[in-house]
This record gives sequence, structure tokens and C-alpha cells, in this order.
Amino acid sequence: MTNMTTGTPAVPASDRPQGAPVLEARGLTKHFRVRSRAVRGKARFRGIVHACEDVNLTLEAGRVTAVVGESGCGKTTLARMLARLVKPTRGEILLDGKPVPHGKLHEYRHRVQIVFQDPFASLNPIHSVRYHISRPLRIHHRARRNAEVNAAVEALLSRVKLDPPGQFADKLPHELSGGQRQRVAIARALAAGPTVLLADEPVSMLDVSIRLGVLNLLGELRDIEGLAILYVTHDIASARYFADTMTVMYAGRVVESGPSLEVTAHPAHPYTQLLLDAAPDPERAGPHVIEAKGSAPSLVTPPSGCRFHPRCPHAMPVCAEQQPPDISVGEGHVAACWLRHADYTYATDSPTPAGK
Amino acid sequence: MTAPARAQAHSGEPVLEIRGLRVDYGRGRKAVHAVIDTDLTLHRGEVVGLAGESGSGKSTLAYGATRLLRQPGFITGGSVLFRPDAQRPDLAIDILDATAEDLRRLRWRELSLVFQSAMNSLNPVLTVQAQLTDTLAAHLPNATRNERQERAVELLKLVGISADRLRSYPHELSGGMKQRVMIAMALALDPQVVIMDEPTTALDVVTQRQILQQVIELRDRLGFSVLFITHDLSLLLELADTIAIMYAGRIVESAPAQQLFRAPRHPYSAALLESFPSLHGERKVMTGIPGSPPDMQKLPAGCAFQPRCRYALTRCTQDVPELTAPAIDTDAHRRVACWLHDQAELPDELSRPEPNGEPRRMVVSAPVPGAPEPSGGPR
Repeated sequence: MTNMTTGTPAVPASDRPQGAPVLEARGLTKHFRVRSRAVRGKARFRGIVHACEDVNLTLEAGRVTAVVGESGCGKTTLARMLARLVKPTRGEILLDGKPVPHGKLHEYRHRVQIVFQDPFASLNPIHSVRYHISRPLRIHHRARRNAEVNAAVEALLSRVKLDPPGQFADKLPHELSGGQRQRVAIARALAAGPTVLLADEPVSMLDVSIRLGVLNLLGELRDIEGLAILYVTHDIASARYFADTMTVMYAGRVVESGPSLEVTAHPAHPYTQLLLDAAPDPERAGPHVIEAKGSAPSLVTPPSGCRFHPRCPHAMPVCAEQQPPDISVGEGHVAACWLRHADYTYATDSPTPAGK
Repeated sequence: MTAPARAQAHSGEPVLEIRGLRVDYGRGRKAVHAVIDTDLTLHRGEVVGLAGESGSGKSTLAYGATRLLRQPGFITGGSVLFRPDAQRPDLAIDILDATAEDLRRLRWRELSLVFQSAMNSLNPVLTVQAQLTDTLAAHLPNATRNERQERAVELLKLVGISADRLRSYPHELSGGMKQRVMIAMALALDPQVVIMDEPTTALDVVTQRQILQQVIELRDRLGFSVLFITHDLSLLLELADTIAIMYAGRIVESAPAQQLFRAPRHPYSAALLESFPSLHGERKVMTGIPGSPPDMQKLPAGCAFQPRCRYALTRCTQDVPELTAPAIDTDAHRRVACWLHDQAELPDELSRPEPNGEPRRMVVSAPVPGAPEPSGGPR
């Protein structure tokens, strides 16, 4: 969240005492270079994928922050940059308010751990559950002797509700269901003793009936152990259910952020409105309120100005020219949309604009 | 803009009847029973949603019913009656007994499929035009090249893609456009039944909604029936007329969509509905369903859901419940397979009164026939 007038990072709303910032992203940007091979003498095409552009995000202790967006919006790139699996092109990461030094990955990983989307791919099929969890324990010197390690493994397995732990510790990944594997992946992340957990679509590969169980487990880790959790998802309903604050991304940029109930009840950015409108919703009261044209843009040649303007039913000339500033639309609720700017008239009381 | 009122969602005449279908994977004692004694009826013009978790047998049911199963899948029992003529309801073809030639005539012309990953269903080295006209050439050998060409243009327009996309290769289209091409292809010969197997699972929600609206619009216009298979029950509640819920190879409940949503009768349906967080109202703690979906190789005795069921009785661990009309309902279309309905006392959760009034269905904007996709352009 940047302050629109000065461009300096704004302090997150301070109405949450337990919400001490732990991990912060400031202006994180990632450009991937792509090229294609020459075909019959045609020129080599070189391009830059603008995957993530100038993203500010704060993860607070004891809070879940959701990053919501469609595929290709840069949400996973953001999580990977925060996990330092991908080096940002620009911008910096602050841990406990201090810039993260180069290298020193070992120390960083002790504090910040990631859980990947696919528990069928993120566990090594030839290693037992015990091995998966004991590696980080040893690497981060949290347990040395075998007895210590085994006790710690069992404690971690009960923390992720794999009871009785003795029964699970010596199983191989293929003997576990998807939900159980994801719990092992979470236990492995916890083994390093992190204060920040980055969860990249942790439940999207799981069956519907067991998703909530895994989300509730992460919720408990937040409430009881005060972990700061990043929840990356495409499912805005689960983000509303699980996250305290929500950041909506579109085509590599943050378009809206704020308390998750507030964002879903009063979406300020037309893209957030579209996302909510398109989500399956048996309780939907009326017809759809927003019709968007086309599909998400190419990130090699992103649209000028606001990246949503070619699809936006409310687009104005300024939207094609200038990137909209972050404008406060409520307590801790920020939207990057010209419609909310004081220079342009807009009925701010209606959550969903009528007409065009 | 609201959709024109649909006085009658479907005519009530069955077009496809699946009766007692059984499908096994493997033979002999090690065979896994993937679909067990399943009954499902699709009426003319109706959208039937088939929901279930992965491994519940929903896709196997569709492939079995269309005889598209590959080894080691075997159909071991049942019948699938297809009634080709609305005027002659007594005329029925049993797909499971049909000869190869009968099947060839039936498939695509009367009964077509849209698969989950359009990305893999289109041939990457052929243009959209070649693939669309191929289908037409195979089934309409008397049509001229020009006629086929015209029909291909018409089909693309039907699904909202402009005709200049005919020359495109699949990689030049976005995921949503590829899925639209697949739908156009499925509709190429005006089939009576279209089976859609997770057609939008790989797509983003916005694209998903656009495509589903289009399917409903086309259904209203062309009057085909849809068997829509998905794991996303919340989607079906808006889309389908009737919903059938599968668990461990059996249909455990079937009911009109709104009835199922407001008044579920099977503990699994009720728990599944409680697994989708809402976008409205108070944020309340939801628990999902404890345990994991069963291993089809070692199903528990009795009702397969019994180990995860909070209301399980002793009887549930012994006998498999049959799919019958629940005693507390008057609606003739409801079926549930649960022993609780033999009890005098039902849990509140499973005995809510049925909703009255108009069934709520997905609201579609007024159709714009032949409108090209607004922004288009390859990604």
C-alpha cells in the first residue's frame, strides 16, 4: 500500500494490536525475459513478461493476508519472490522492518517458509514422512539427536492433526491422501520454526470436502501460534472465509486491498466487482452487475495506464493514459482506480455502479 | 437484463436413461467397482448436474454410458436407453447393446462430448477450420466443401467467436476460446444430448461464467440436454435443473437444484454444501467433512459415507442403502440413499422444508445471436 500523495509506503492500519508487521514487500517487481528461436530467418523475438509490477504488501503476525487473482496475474510470482525462490527485478523485502541482506538464505528460510500448491509433486515419493520433516529440523539445528528429532517429528505431526503421529511418520507419500500430504507439507514448513508461512494455493488441488479442514488448520496456526500467513488463491470465497486482509491482483498489479469482509462486501475496483460477480454463488440476489469484455491481457505488452482499462465497462480516457494511484476508499481499504479519484465524479456510496 | 422467463425448463420426456449401470476397472477378484448400480435420467432440454469428488466415478459413469471406456474399464451390467425421437417415446436404443455401426451413427450426431481440457482435445497442428470441417465431413458425407465451410462459420458464431478465427491454430487461441471451439464442435451436428465433463475446471472464474452463460443460452435456443459433470457443487446450483450427487461410485442423492440447495436429504450433500464458504453474511466457522474420500479398492461395509457421517447408525455399517424417494417429501423427483430416512426422527439439517416458488436459475443476459467475442485477439 503506497500513500498516493508522497509515494512512500503507508503504515498499515493500526487498529489491530496483534498485527505487528513481520514481512513486507516494497515495490516488488519481476520481469521475466523471454525469447523465441528464429524460424526460417524471421527475427528473433525478445520480450519481457511484466509478471509482477510494483507490489507492496505487509504480512502481520497472527494475520492471514490473501492474494487473490486469476491465473497469470502474478500472485505466485509474488509468493516466490517473498520466499526468495525468484530474485526480484526491483524492490525490496523487509523482515521485521529491516531489509533482507543478500545471500543468507539459510537464516531467511528459518523465518520464512513456503507450502506449494501440489502436494503430489512437492513431496519426494521415495522418502518417508519422517524424513521429509526431519530434514528441516536438522538443517535448522532445531533437533540434533535421533530421539530429539523423532520426538519433534511426532510433535509436528500432531500439530497438523495427523493423529496418531506414530502411524503416519513412516508412511510414504503415495500411502497418503491429498489432504494428508498437504498436512505433511505444512508440517515440513513448520519444522524450520518460521514466523511467516507462504501458502501458494494450498487447497486448490484438494477435494472440496477436505479443503476447509486444511484452511482451518492454517487458521489455528495463525490464532494459536501467531504465524503471519500469506494465502495465495484464485478462490475469492475462500479468501473471504479465511483471510483477515485481502489483496486483489490483476495482470501483475495490485488493484485493491483491504479487510477481506470489506473488500467482498464493497468492492471498489471494477475488476474486484467482476471477480465477485463471476464467482459461483447460489445466494446471488439479482442479475449480474458487470459485464467485462475480452480476457486478461498479454503481460509482454501490458495495456498502458490501468491494465484493466481495455476490459473495464467504466473506462475513461485517463484510464488508458496513466496508472491510477492508490486511493483510500475506507479504513485500510485501498483501490487503484481513477473512478475513485476526487477529480472524477463517482457515486461512492453504491458498492456496484449502475449503468455505464 | 434478465432472461426471458423459462416457463418450462424441460419437457419431461426422457431422452437418456441410465439404469443400473455398473462399471469395473479390472477383472475378477481384484476388480474395482467404480460405478455401482447407477440410475440417472436426462430429460429433453434439461441440464443435469453430476457432482462428486475426484474418484467418485462421475467421469467413469459418463464414459461408460457412451461406451467410450478404455481398458481396463469394463461395463458389467445395466442398460443405457437413448430415445432418439420425441414423437415416438417407445423407440429406444440400448447404447450398451449397440453395434459399432449403430454407435458410429449415434455418436456426435445424437450424443456429443466436451472434455475437461480443451487444450489437449484439439489437434495442435491443424487449424480450427480443419478440425471443425473434419467432423462434418465424417458425419455428413453428402455435404459439399462449401456447405461444410459455411456450417463451420455458423458454428463459431454460435459460440461467439468471429469467423476470422477459423484459420487459427489452437495455440493462437486463449483457453476460453479453445473451450468454446470444443463446444461448437460438440454442437456441430445438432445433437440431442451433450455430455460436458468438467468443461470449465481449467479456466478462470470470469471465463467460466461467460462460457456457462453461453451454454445455457444455446440450450434455450437449440433445446439439447446437458449432462454436466463437475466437482464444484456451487456452480451446479446456479446452472443445473437437476443435481445428482455421487459418492464412491453410487448416486447418493438426486433432486431439483434448488430443493437440493435449500433442503438436502443426504448427510453427504448437506456436508458438501457446508464446504463452500459463502460470499455473503456472517463469517462462520465451517468444518468441511472429516476424514478423506474412501479408497475405492477397499470400500467400507454398508454405506460408503458411513465412516465420515456424523449421523451414522449401526445399520449403516451393515447394509447399503438404496436410492429411493425420501418419506418426508412429496416431490416425485427426489431420491436419496440413506438409512436415516427410515428412522422416525431425522436430524434438523436433513429435514428442512422444501422451498416453494420459482426455481432460480443462472441469469443470462439477452442473447446477441452471432456476436463475435468482444476483444478477441490471440494471447
